[in-house]
Amino acid sequence: MNDYLEVRNLSKSFEGFQLHNITFTLPKGYIMGLIGPNGSGKTTTIKLILNMLKRTSGEVKILGFDNIASEQEAKRNLGVVFDSNYFSDEWKISQVEKSVSAFYENWNTQKFSETLKRFHIQPSKKVKELSKGMQMKLMLACAFSYDAKLLILDEPTSGLDPVSRDELLHILSEYIEDGEHSVLFSTHITGDLERAADYITYISYGELFFSGGKDEFIDSFRIVKGGCEELSTDLGKKMLGIRNFSTGFEALVKTEDLKQFAHLNVEPATIDDIVVFTSKRGEQYE
Amino acid sequence: MKLIISNISGIPIYEQIKQQVKSAIMSGDLQADETLPSLRTLAKELKISVLTVTRAYTELEQEGFVKNIQGRGCFVLGQGSELLREQLICKIENNLSEAISAARVANLSEEELHHLLSILMEEKTDE
Repeated sequence: MNDYLEVRNLSKSFEGFQLHNITFTLPKGYIMGLIGPNGSGKTTTIKLILNMLKRTSGEVKILGFDNIASEQEAKRNLGVVFDSNYFSDEWKISQVEKSVSAFYENWNTQKFSETLKRFHIQPSKKVKELSKGMQMKLMLACAFSYDAKLLILDEPTSGLDPVSRDELLHILSEYIEDGEHSVLFSTHITGDLERAADYITYISYGELFFSGGKDEFIDSFRIVKGGCEELSTDLGKKMLGIRNFSTGFEALVKTEDLKQFAHLNVEPATIDDIVVFTSKRGEQYE
Repeated sequence: MKLIISNISGIPIYEQIKQQVKSAIMSGDLQADETLPSLRTLAKELKISVLTVTRAYTELEQEGFVKNIQGRGCFVLGQGSELLREQLICKIENNLSEAISAARVANLSEEELHHLLSILMEEKTDE
């Protein structure tokens, strides 16, 4: 089993929104970032993978198990972390363990208490007394205690301070260190992915824009900058997105087209640059 | 071995790893048969992608500096420093040939060229 997550031609139609033919695979032992602006379909994709939404068509396999036909087997290997916790606020940590462990034959109580200790979570506390970062770590501690092979995190860093974000990234890279675990991680804070992610899947307006290696993704684009008079219609056609200002312009181009832009200032693009410029769909913006 | 990653150098991270491993081999900091840090551990510690480290190690192997042995690690090869020296000598030869061509165009005699080299070398030792 080399691919822990296989998503094939996944589609979902809502009124006013369509997720169209999303296909990607996440091999075991790696971290994949799922990116795209708000409303592009990231959370829909994750909900379809988790069978929390009914798909219109397509196929999802988690560690080889179909996410609907073999839902039990698929979910036994799956850990999920949402932006907000899914435990009852009034529960004490011990009640969290009691209710979650009931679903997993291989629940490891010792691992759970060790992980709580490592994360500095006091078992006597109630869920509502934990900070946002702590609640997230509690969800992770649960997933680690039944040895989930695949972790899916939906916007885990959005409400976290920089220290907790750094901690989370560290926990995730530790998690995949043995090469037997994988992480799918949706975020719009792309700085988190710039270093730690191995793969990027970029969804834009419900369509798959790119899925592949992160370095390859970043390297396929460049930012070019120049003065207003250096911009011609021909060059403009080759630009994926442009921002004009009174003294010049900056634009996103494909690295393969770079020869035509050699006379301009060329800089590497960041994931943010790529998302921002491509999301404008070639429109100009001020 | 010291390995640090700069975020502002503009040099790709895999290239930074390669350069630092090479200079460690050259300086004798990394000896033959020593292992490089484990791929996944290094990725975790430097907070970078596993694929980035994989690329650095694979290219170092292709260039003949290390050998990746599945399940055991990445070993420094004996001829590593020799190979680097070869590469440097090759670079010197190329640069000198270029200097000679330029000297011919400028009508500089062999003697003058030698003299120029001596001056430059003295300046470098002063630094």
